[in-house]
Amino acid sequence: MIQIKVGLGTCGISAGGESVYKELLNQIQTAGLDARVVGTGCMGRCFDEVLVEVIEDGLPSSLYANVTPEKAKRIITEHLVENNPIDEWIINHTPTGELEDLFPKQVRIVLRNCGKIDPQSIDEYIETGGYKAIEKALKQLTPNEIIDTVIRSGLRGRGGAGFSSGMKWKFAKEAQSDKKYLICNADEGDPGAFMDRSVLEGDPHAVLEGMMIAAFAIGADEAYIYCRAEYPHAIKRLKRAIQQCEERGYLGHGIFGSNFDFKIKIKEGAGAFVCGEETALMASIEGKRGVPKLRPPFPAQKGLWGKPTNINNVETFANVPWIILNGAEAYASYGTEKSKGTKVFALAGKIARSGLAEVPMGITINEIVYEVGGGIKGGHQFKAIQIGGPSGGCIPATMGDLRIDYDEINKTGAIMGSGGLIVLDETTCMVDLAKFFLNFTQNESCGKCTFCRIGTKRMLEILDRITIGEGKDGDIELLEDLAQKINIGSLCGLGQTAPNPVLTTIKYFREEYEAHIYRKKCPALNCSALLTYTIDDDKCNGCTLCVRKCESKAITGELKKLHTLDQSLCTKCGKCYEVCNFDAIIRN
Amino acid sequence: MEQNEKIKFEKEIKNFKVDLFEKKDMQGSLIPLLQSAQDSYGYIPEQAIYYISEMTSVPAADIYGVITFYAQFRLKPLGKNLIRICEGTACHVNGAKRILSALEDELGCGVDDTTDDGFFTLLSVACIGCCSLSPVIMVNDDTHGSLAPDKIKRVLKTYKNRKN
Repeated sequence: MIQIKVGLGTCGISAGGESVYKELLNQIQTAGLDARVVGTGCMGRCFDEVLVEVIEDGLPSSLYANVTPEKAKRIITEHLVENNPIDEWIINHTPTGELEDLFPKQVRIVLRNCGKIDPQSIDEYIETGGYKAIEKALKQLTPNEIIDTVIRSGLRGRGGAGFSSGMKWKFAKEAQSDKKYLICNADEGDPGAFMDRSVLEGDPHAVLEGMMIAAFAIGADEAYIYCRAEYPHAIKRLKRAIQQCEERGYLGHGIFGSNFDFKIKIKEGAGAFVCGEETALMASIEGKRGVPKLRPPFPAQKGLWGKPTNINNVETFANVPWIILNGAEAYASYGTEKSKGTKVFALAGKIARSGLAEVPMGITINEIVYEVGGGIKGGHQFKAIQIGGPSGGCIPATMGDLRIDYDEINKTGAIMGSGGLIVLDETTCMVDLAKFFLNFTQNESCGKCTFCRIGTKRMLEILDRITIGEGKDGDIELLEDLAQKINIGSLCGLGQTAPNPVLTTIKYFREEYEAHIYRKKCPALNCSALLTYTIDDDKCNGCTLCVRKCESKAITGELKKLHTLDQSLCTKCGKCYEVCNFDAIIRN
Repeated sequence: MEQNEKIKFEKEIKNFKVDLFEKKDMQGSLIPLLQSAQDSYGYIPEQAIYYISEMTSVPAADIYGVITFYAQFRLKPLGKNLIRICEGTACHVNGAKRILSALEDELGCGVDDTTDDGFFTLLSVACIGCCSLSPVIMVNDDTHGSLAPDKIKRVLKTYKNRKN
């Protein structure tokens, strides 16, 4: 029996995975082959999508990258019918059979099944040891033993704040109530972060199993998964997984013959970043505006509908079954003194291999950028990483030896966050990037706290001025002052951390702010208002392409004669620079 | 309205009413009900707010407050084709702004707006989640990745051609 796997995570689907899938089915039928085509989740190499893996009994599997429907047709005919694998498209082994390391420096605990199994098949999950951990927990362990194991494993909240997950469970367990709730926070809102989505799409049962273990440990019988509505594939697969569990009796009454009852419901978010904050998230589940509340009381005492509630993130839950089966010590053997285990990062931006990577804590930034991510795209220079999304900050390339660890990253002024890691090169303007994040948090501020609502607006106005060349002496100090006040004057994490992108870029790239303010120049050549376009007399051959493209009629000239650019008419749109085939437009 | 479309329309409205009836007494049902209304109508018409208010006893003003809080809900009908431009971090650093201005030039309308012929609505989203293809736009359910400003015209043309 031949098995063919197609990457059908959102990344695979966006790259055309569904048409590849259909073409494979057609071709197999035409060729009359006995082969099964299954869709899997994201294996992490999003830059290589669509990925197709051909597995034949007794032979090493072949992984094809960048497959299109046309290539799929050739794979079926040449590889399977003519038995002649297309070596130049295969990425997991050389023609002579030597295996390539597809995931250098990675340790895959959370992503153990992603891209390997069919996420819509509970049997495939069970074959990999799935639902053994909840069975062990129910039959051999007490709630206190489970909590103790999770505490000793050193697992910290993967949503970003990094609080000990076991301790959180302990507080919820100790709360006295007739009813307790468990919530899985799948409202992954950071722009540039897609770890949770990939786990939900690629291995939904692992998250459900982690939730079951947590619910048993704290004494909850009902749970919600609060998932972004922007993740339709994740929601679909979760619904299917929950239904399969109900059919097998893994959810419902008397699970595995014990007296543990448990049900899980899905709530779709409605598009508000602040709902990633736990009190706002609970308000949203209750059907209200997602506005955060003052803590204490903490959710562990008084949460959803006033009952003790425990909230963990998707990735945190996905770690739990592995920890229960392999032991706290095995998990704690990875990582640093205070940050144990692994962390999944979504690598994006100016990096060669963008996608998902699960690395042990304690790995350095340089190792992630160069060894895991394959370095910078297009021969550019590594300038900085942005970590932690709108609550995080930028860490410059000069600190590339820094180890990934909650506390080490906090010292830089950034935060670990949920795992979005954007790599930047010398063409990224740090002032513009800070403005981008502030614009985001400003839009997403719920408006409850004055400092967050109005303070971020004022900071954004200042950054706007700086990027159009109207910055003034004292602006940097004013930004710092406002940042500090917003931090202490806001109730929830959104406001408290909103100034971080601005503060870290001022801290490490102050000279870029100064160049904008005092010299009216953008060193990264990004802020259009601060650029000047001129024509290089030696290179211009008079092709008139730029003359025709220039909407403001700033460029004039005739065929085969030198063109001229009138600065007073130039709107700095940059179209001439983009179209010139002779590099005759100088931008500075 | 063509016969098929009419049947589809009536079925969708019926789904919303069934939902309304089933969920009215559930705890925290307001957001799922609004989502159901939007699925049925493509936006939330004023009438739907009154329906929901009557069935759930939540004041219409509170419902309006919830609608305007969440980015997902729309109070205006959509154009025939929905263009979503991703403004996530990866797209931003890879030039989403230039894609957006090319789109605005080509469509003659801005974000959150619909073209005069009602053919396209332009929306901006924080992150579609296919960062490795950035910069990205989505037209209806199709993702168009690795874009450059000069490719926009061609992308839109494929949809305009289907019109005829």
